[in-house]
Amino acid sequence: MKILVCISHVPDTTSKINFSEGDTKFDTSGVQYIINPNDEYGLTRAIWFKEKQGATVDVVNVGGPETEPTLRKALALGADSAIRVNTPALDGYAVAEQLANVFKNGDYDLVIAGRESIDYNGGMVPGMLAGLTNANFINTCISLDIDGTNVKAIREIDGGKETVNTSLPLVIGAQKGLVEESDLRIPNMRGIMMARKKPLTIVDPIEASTETVTVKFEKPKPKGAVTLVSPDNLDELVNLLHTEAKVI
Amino acid sequence: MSVLVYTESEQGTYKKVAFEVASYARAIADQLGTSVTAISINAEDPSLLGTYGVTRVLNVKDSKLDTFNAKSYAHVINQAAAEEGSKIVIVSSSADSKYLAPLLAIELKAGYASNVVALPTNLSPFTVKRTAFTNKAFNETSISTSIKLVGLSNNSFGIKEQATEAEVVNYAPSIPDNGVHVESVDKVTDKVTIADADIVVSGGRGLKGPENWGLIEDLAEVLGAATACSKPVSDLGWRPHGEHVGQTGKPVAANLYIAVGISGAIQHLAGINASKVKLVINTDPEAPFFKAADYGVVGDAFEVVPALIEKLKAFKAQNA
Ligand SMILES: Cc1cc2nc3c(=O)[nH]c(=O)nc-3n(C[C@H](O)[C@H](O)[C@H](O)COP(=O)(O)OP(=O)(O)OC[C@H]3O[C@@H](n4cnc5c(N)ncnc54)[C@H](O)[C@@H]3O)c2cc1C
Repeated sequence: MKILVCISHVPDTTSKINFSEGDTKFDTSGVQYIINPNDEYGLTRAIWFKEKQGATVDVVNVGGPETEPTLRKALALGADSAIRVNTPALDGYAVAEQLANVFKNGDYDLVIAGRESIDYNGGMVPGMLAGLTNANFINTCISLDIDGTNVKAIREIDGGKETVNTSLPLVIGAQKGLVEESDLRIPNMRGIMMARKKPLTIVDPIEASTETVTVKFEKPKPKGAVTLVSPDNLDELVNLLHTEAKVI
Repeated sequence: MSVLVYTESEQGTYKKVAFEVASYARAIADQLGTSVTAISINAEDPSLLGTYGVTRVLNVKDSKLDTFNAKSYAHVINQAAAEEGSKIVIVSSSADSKYLAPLLAIELKAGYASNVVALPTNLSPFTVKRTAFTNKAFNETSISTSIKLVGLSNNSFGIKEQATEAEVVNYAPSIPDNGVHVESVDKVTDKVTIADADIVVSGGRGLKGPENWGLIEDLAEVLGAATACSKPVSDLGWRPHGEHVGQTGKPVAANLYIAVGISGAIQHLAGINASKVKLVINTDPEAPFFKAADYGVVGDAFEVVPALIEKLKAFKAQNA
């Protein structure tokens, strides 16, 4: 089985979010980048397939040279090789088009992407990629078993979960639950050394269009101070929730 | 060229989000001077949509669509959009809509903006405000394709009644075989889900163990609320994964979010910041959550919550 794992290079979860150039650009100064958490669950499952059932695992990112340390980290975690499509990730659609091209050229059986990235949270890429390649698609995937080309998966739905059957080729939107939290790995020295020798191929982008443009960013308005209510005066709390906040 | 809205239902009954997206579609149609067509799949009473400004309903009844399937549903909505010549298509941010929307975007050849929180700030170029960086910021996005697909964030626009006579027409689109087949659905049916809830009561590690969750459930019950938890709580197996909210969990955009024994780590706040009013109950006055909260009680959950439940019961009895 050939698996492709899409890796989004995103600001560390604790990053302070700031904008520059008149709030039109994300300010990267002082920001640490990580593998998108949803992608990391997917990568961990892919490595499980490699170790338990036999598979090759390639990771791919659409982005500039600045994303290579993130791809190297994915290699250190156990991926076999990495691909970087050398073009900025301008919108979800453009990224999906580039990934669809890698998918088709690489003859992959399974593509794992994260349900959404924690920067733009679009939740578009996995579904668009499936749509562009006509592969089957399972979103919010929390369990994935593959036997030959038969797939049994569980996906999270509002208020519960659903068990589905499908077949390869398949694209999934991965999320927490796909692997146990305790199975997530931290790169060790050996992994990091080996990652240096693994191939990281830079490929030229195909001509792709964007459909959306970020015009500007905005931060939420600063919040007023909290109204503290004494635990001995919960009548007041109920009253505030009713008359001031109007939520009960 | 009416605005097309997909109104979700479950077992024949419209979901709350259906009325919200219909209200939103109506408001966009008013900006554009056009009408609203809804696509309704296996709902019992489509004329109900008139209450929220829908003028025409394409009413699909087909047992092949009894269980949700993203590809088939996307295909049906795409045909409806072509039928109506719609240039703007609106869906919600339910798990199902987020599943089908990117597939639909490809079929429609439409630019898709998800997590939209308000009416367009500009109609040409069509520009909408969306949440980004897991609610730590907003971005204004313009869509350049001729057809636009908008995913409205739940609870961001609200439900607005505007009584209209909705013309209901039967609609029989083609439904191709699709690659993903549902084997079974495992759903807690008698509980309010996080996605639909106006109020969410959430517990953190401060509750000490799963045996204490009765407190959270009782508080949720008096408020008609959904229950949720922080990530360590689901990692420890005290609560199911589906209840974990935050950056790596479910987003919560409720009117009232009550956090009990949750510290308010940045990853937790990221997922719940879109909620309108936040109430925090925590023993530690230094807990970061108090900085993000509107109302706070510094106190022990094991004393405050039972007392609050009593007060709320009395309030309900008085205001019944
Ligand atoms: C990549 C990444 C992603 C993450 N994603 C998420 C996410 O999506 N959602 C999420 O929640 N977390 C997430 N986290 C974890 C997050 O950083 C915090 O660890 C977590 O939110 C803390 O949960 P907690 O507040 O329940 O527990 P704790 O940090 O243990 O806090 C418990 C709180 O309870 C209070 N308390 C104790 N006893 C009582 C009592 N008797 N009455 C009242 N209060 C009491 C304490 O004062 C404390 O504030 C993520 C972390 C990482 C690294």
